[in-house]
Amino acid sequence: MAAVTILETKGLHREFGGLTAVDRVDFTMTQGEVHALIGPNGAGKSTFVGMVSGRIWASGGRVIFDGQDITARPAHARIRMGMAYTFQITAIYARLSLFENIALALGERSRPRVQEALDHVGLTERMDEIAGDLSYGHQRLLEIAMGVAQAPRLLILDEPTQGLAESEIEGFNALIRRLAGETSILLIEHNMNVVMALADRITVLDTGRILATGAPDEIHADPHVQEAYLGTG
Amino acid sequence: MKVLGLHLGLLALLAVLGMILPAYHQGNLSRIMVLATYAVGYNVMFGYTGLLSLGHAMFFGAGMYGLGLAMQHGGVGAVPAFGIGLVSAAVLSAVVAVLALRTIGVAFMIVTLMFSQAAFLSALYFGEWTRGDEGFVLAQQIRRVGEVDLSNPVTRYYAALLLFSVALLLTMRMTQVRFGHVLVAVRENEERTRMLGYSVWSHKFWAVVISGTISGAAGAAYALLFGYVGASFVSVPYSIFPLLWVLLGGAGTTIGPFVGTLFMFYLIDYLSGLTTAYMLVVGIVLVLLTLFARAGLMGEIRKRWVPWLP
Amino acid sequence: MEFGPHLILAILEGAVGAAVLALTALGLSLVFGIMRVVNVAHGEFFMLGAIVAWWVATSIAGHPALGFVAAAVVAPLVAGGVAVLGDRLVLKRVHYDPEATIVATIGILYIIQQLALMTYGPEARPVEPPFNSRIALPWFEFGETGFEIYYPWGFGTTTYKLFVIGAAAVILVGFWLFLSRSRIGLVMRATQLDREMATAFGIPVSRVYSLVFGLGAALAALAAVLIVPIQQAHYLMGGDPLLLSFIVVIIGGLGSIRGTIVAAVLIGLSDGIISVFFSPTLAKIIATLLVALVLVFRPQGLFGKKPA
Repeated sequence: MAAVTILETKGLHREFGGLTAVDRVDFTMTQGEVHALIGPNGAGKSTFVGMVSGRIWASGGRVIFDGQDITARPAHARIRMGMAYTFQITAIYARLSLFENIALALGERSRPRVQEALDHVGLTERMDEIAGDLSYGHQRLLEIAMGVAQAPRLLILDEPTQGLAESEIEGFNALIRRLAGETSILLIEHNMNVVMALADRITVLDTGRILATGAPDEIHADPHVQEAYLGTG
Repeated sequence: MKVLGLHLGLLALLAVLGMILPAYHQGNLSRIMVLATYAVGYNVMFGYTGLLSLGHAMFFGAGMYGLGLAMQHGGVGAVPAFGIGLVSAAVLSAVVAVLALRTIGVAFMIVTLMFSQAAFLSALYFGEWTRGDEGFVLAQQIRRVGEVDLSNPVTRYYAALLLFSVALLLTMRMTQVRFGHVLVAVRENEERTRMLGYSVWSHKFWAVVISGTISGAAGAAYALLFGYVGASFVSVPYSIFPLLWVLLGGAGTTIGPFVGTLFMFYLIDYLSGLTTAYMLVVGIVLVLLTLFARAGLMGEIRKRWVPWLP
Repeated sequence: MEFGPHLILAILEGAVGAAVLALTALGLSLVFGIMRVVNVAHGEFFMLGAIVAWWVATSIAGHPALGFVAAAVVAPLVAGGVAVLGDRLVLKRVHYDPEATIVATIGILYIIQQLALMTYGPEARPVEPPFNSRIALPWFEFGETGFEIYYPWGFGTTTYKLFVIGAAAVILVGFWLFLSRSRIGLVMRATQLDREMATAFGIPVSRVYSLVFGLGAALAALAAVLIVPIQQAHYLMGGDPLLLSFIVVIIGGLGSIRGTIVAAVLIGLSDGIISVFFSPTLAKIIATLLVALVLVFRPQGLFGKKPA
């Protein structure tokens, strides 16, 4: 079966007050793959996914999602087309219950469906608690559950495992494996164990440019990447 | 079910009170219900959407002058004039929304304050029509719908109750449908809401329009039922009052606006018999609320005892 | 009177207004710039300054200058003291949350205003100026006999009005020196730049905030002391200076001291000139709408830089 392209960027570019954060990036992602975006701090990863999701306007270039040019569309319209986005800094409704959080993500207030979404991250029992009362790790899991509940075709996760305990990371990995194949997942991640365990392909970003793209082994073996990012590997 | 019961119960209680209360309190309660409608409107924006306006008097005034000028100078009947009041408020709120929603937070508060101040000054400037501060009285014989005389205290009471019921049940319904849930989501976390695929701008826009129109309906009803139109209703204190009532009763609760209005009305009524400086208590209550009870009366009740309160 | 002298008069009146406005608006701008809160009660500190000035001036016998000097010392101290109290008792406890602060300062506004009504009463009362001689101003025309200088009737100003302009200028320069040269000024600016960093460097941020809030109120009170021999003291006099200060601070760019002063001069002058030639109400309507639109379309102010 020929690979279908779910997401493509052409010359995607962003400057902040004269500084180039993302430098004319051409990027493609095929449907159903788990694609990890790695690179040192300040490499432009968050800016890049921000432009994909519409949170940040591009200074130049195009974003094509599911065959349509969405460069000019506002964020909420892109989400409606089948994207979901989880923030690097946890963004949940801290003063509302878990039920409300998930229901807003689902767009409907069905208890069975909320339950199903919370089952993915093992928070079902806490459905009626206030989200802000959860531990930091659980809040992150809730946010991931919100992303999953939207049943997106493209799920963008910005450093999802930051602040999770080892056991929670295992659960997270299992969840992503369940979703993979149907949902395309774009993952910014610093934890190399998670990247190696999950990613079908890896793109390395450095100072706003793509340094390398390939399967995990290729990236691991790439001398440029080792030099720039992985250290001695 | 118990939510609907609570609201209908409150309305039924008010209906019964209309029959048994002495004339003085019946008159007070008529006024309170109209002003509470104003507060209900304010609450849609402040309580549910998290948009703090310091200029709602312009919407109240748009309704009041829309109806008042049409009746006084246009010879329009009460019902179409009420319609004109509503449309004036709706149009003004749409214009204000488009402009003011470009700002957030403190700037939004100041922009609404400025617009409202311009509206107040306009009411003074066009004194030939509005008679400025002095205002004008709508004659008793034009304040009627068909054969019904709206200046009669009993009819007036039930007309006020009708207005309040519509506003209250409308906001109750709003808390039950997706639109209302998304407003709360916008209040709680705008960026998250946008990134769940909701258009934050259009939800805010409709919140302002609904809020402004309900406030305008209250202004139009006030002119119609009490027969007076004056610039003081567009002045800064009339923008602060609904904020105070809603804060006191509980922002983001459906019956909070009524509770807050009722409480403040009687407090001021009592104090104005003692001193001309009754606005002092408005100041003290505002400070105490920000310090000790940010959730207001109904909000605290919801927090402590009745979590299902909408 | 002809147009020429009329215009000069309007400019002089405008300059007095601008001088007082610059001081008042500077107080508001200082509080916003450093504490990042909007003080809606600012106009009431102005009013407080005026009525304290009246009290002091009337309770001191002898030459009016004595009372005036005493008022210029006491009124800012009282207003500043009340402001510090408000900061400690209220603003600090709501952690300077922007919205809560606005609601709380609305409350403080009514408390001060109504207490003034209860104690000072509803009357408007004048304060005698320390000196007030008229200065007749000359005008010229090309008549039949050629160029001639004469003194049109009613064309003139008073020494006190000129003093107000001069005094305000001196205070502004002094204040600028205080902010840029003194240690306390440095500490204030450091707090403005980065609150966390200032705390880390051992700056008592909470005390700096109280001081700034008090200083802002004191500036407004000082402005009121200057104006009260020209305008009478009244418990509702705080509304206009508040609105005008808002306008100035917004046009000048929120929190920018230099922008505030430039804008105050501009707006004070144009307010004076416009209200001589046009309906003051219409002028105010247009001014308020323009300011609202500036805030909508250029939130950084007309003189501020666009944020990167």
